[in-house]
Amino acid sequence: MSDLPLIQADRAVPPPATTTSTGGRRRRLRLLSRTDRVVITLMVLVPLLLVTGFVWLPAAATVLLSGTNWDGIGPLDEIEFVGARNYSDVVNIYPPFVPAVQHNLLWLAALFVVATPFGMFLAVLLDKELRGSRFYQTALYLPVVLSLALIGFVWQLLYSRDQGLINAVFGTSIDWYGDSNVNIWAVMVASGWRHVGYIMLLYLAGLKGVDPSLREAAAVDGASESRAFFRVVFPVMRPINIIVLVVTVIESLRAFDLVWVVNKGRNGLELISALVTQNVVGEASRIGFGSALATIMLVVSLVFITIYLATVMRENRE
Amino acid sequence: MSTATVTRRTEGGADAPTRRRKLTPLRILLHGFLIVVSLAWLFPIAWAVLTSLRSYDYTAANGYVSFGGWTFDNYVTAWRTAEFGQHFLNSVYITVPAVLLTLFLASCVAFVIARFSWKLNLVLLGIFTAANLLPQQALLIPLFRLFTEVPLPEFMSDSELLYDSYWGLILINVAFQCGFCVFVLSNYMKALPRDLYEAAMVDGASIWRQYWQVTMPLCRPALAALATLEVTWIYNEFFWATVLMRTGDKFPVTSSLNNLRGEFFTDNNLVSAGSVLVAIPTLVIFFMLQRHFVRGLTLGASKG
Repeated sequence: MSDLPLIQADRAVPPPATTTSTGGRRRRLRLLSRTDRVVITLMVLVPLLLVTGFVWLPAAATVLLSGTNWDGIGPLDEIEFVGARNYSDVVNIYPPFVPAVQHNLLWLAALFVVATPFGMFLAVLLDKELRGSRFYQTALYLPVVLSLALIGFVWQLLYSRDQGLINAVFGTSIDWYGDSNVNIWAVMVASGWRHVGYIMLLYLAGLKGVDPSLREAAAVDGASESRAFFRVVFPVMRPINIIVLVVTVIESLRAFDLVWVVNKGRNGLELISALVTQNVVGEASRIGFGSALATIMLVVSLVFITIYLATVMRENRE
Repeated sequence: MSTATVTRRTEGGADAPTRRRKLTPLRILLHGFLIVVSLAWLFPIAWAVLTSLRSYDYTAANGYVSFGGWTFDNYVTAWRTAEFGQHFLNSVYITVPAVLLTLFLASCVAFVIARFSWKLNLVLLGIFTAANLLPQQALLIPLFRLFTEVPLPEFMSDSELLYDSYWGLILINVAFQCGFCVFVLSNYMKALPRDLYEAAMVDGASIWRQYWQVTMPLCRPALAALATLEVTWIYNEFFWATVLMRTGDKFPVTSSLNNLRGEFFTDNNLVSAGSVLVAIPTLVIFFMLQRHFVRGLTLGASKG
């Protein structure tokens, strides 16, 4: 079985010419019996309702609520619109907001500048058909199967102040998870540990898909290996690069589990995702406020989701 | 590994075999580097296993950088105090139906997207795929309210609400994971030969039979890969259970970790035993179904 669904799908089905598209569609519909049409409708409608009801409508409601002063408890008809006040409050009178944004950006930078290139580098090395390649690969992506919550616990064994290995070996007494100066770095290391394996996996698959003749041609031309990679292989993998970029951005925006198991996102570990959650399930539920934070996340993610969709759909059509 | 090498050799031409045998200093350096990185990557997990097998008294007296005090008691204690049996069962209640439902619903949509070339299909694909990528926290507020408003009959959940019920968690996991599966499956199905459907139509097969008896059996490899991946993901899911559950003993195992923290706080050996217990199902899946797991992950991102 070859690895993958090749994307020649649309090639196999020539799309109907635009002028006749409605006619073509109608003709096709008429070919289907009434039962078939009901079945098709149900096949699409049930999942669509589920996704709309549980994902898209809540997302839209979040945006709407961010403009209100709803406290989350009162009846819905007492909601008042307050314009952009929640947003200005978030920026101006909510101390954890600025650190949270900084931490999210730092997280992104760490994944993007360190973990992603390292994963890519490892993929390039492992693509060489080395002896024992399988062992290396397995070791590197083993963390990918663990949940980030669990990773928080596993790393606690290294980080703990009194019982952790790091302090025992170096004779220090740093509370890696507790000290607000270092804890964000500590959790980013743990998160990067997992991210490297994931990226390596994606690039390894991408590299396998690169036409070997390209590399051979570069070698014949006398290009060094690194030159061949950066000038020939890397540009060919553009779609994978974009997907990896988007995955990295989304992962760093969604980062949550790790900081939540450590200290629920306080004291040096503020992240936007954790602030939203604190505002909803925490002691003080400030709905409008939390929604404004959530809307910020939503907007940022939608930008990158659009890039992602544009990339993969273009790929599919080619 | 061996098959991969063989195919590569034939593809790569004459220089491939010689390249493989040559053991230049550069190559040794490369292996050395990869061995160091691999061991470093395995270390945190190995350390957790090691710590979990040692008694607290021994490590408290001799420090963790020592050797000895082997015991299996941590597992017994952890299993009992944190009620792992119950939590594992909860994970099963949520993961199994959620994965089956996700694959079924996603394959339905994917089939329609792949089988017909309607203009709306692209929109449909976009709606599903994008839903999987949204940050969960951005949906939390309305969902939380919705879950606390929707009543369930008592025989379905003792909370009598979607909130704090397995049903709610199953539904939200399905809604969230559908997108990825629709994306992967529709690509896979589009690659199937169209003649199949023409033949089925000639035989008078209904759409449902085309889906169930023609397409689905051919999608087994993709379904296996997705099932492996989705079991891991839903089992590992932390956020929804944390915010949409309240009763302690209804939590699935991954989110019950957080409650465990308080109980085990002073004893790292117990923490590690608990962590290893939670990791075991995913590790078993990983080692048994590694091929599917890797294929599933790369299926979504590349043309392979």
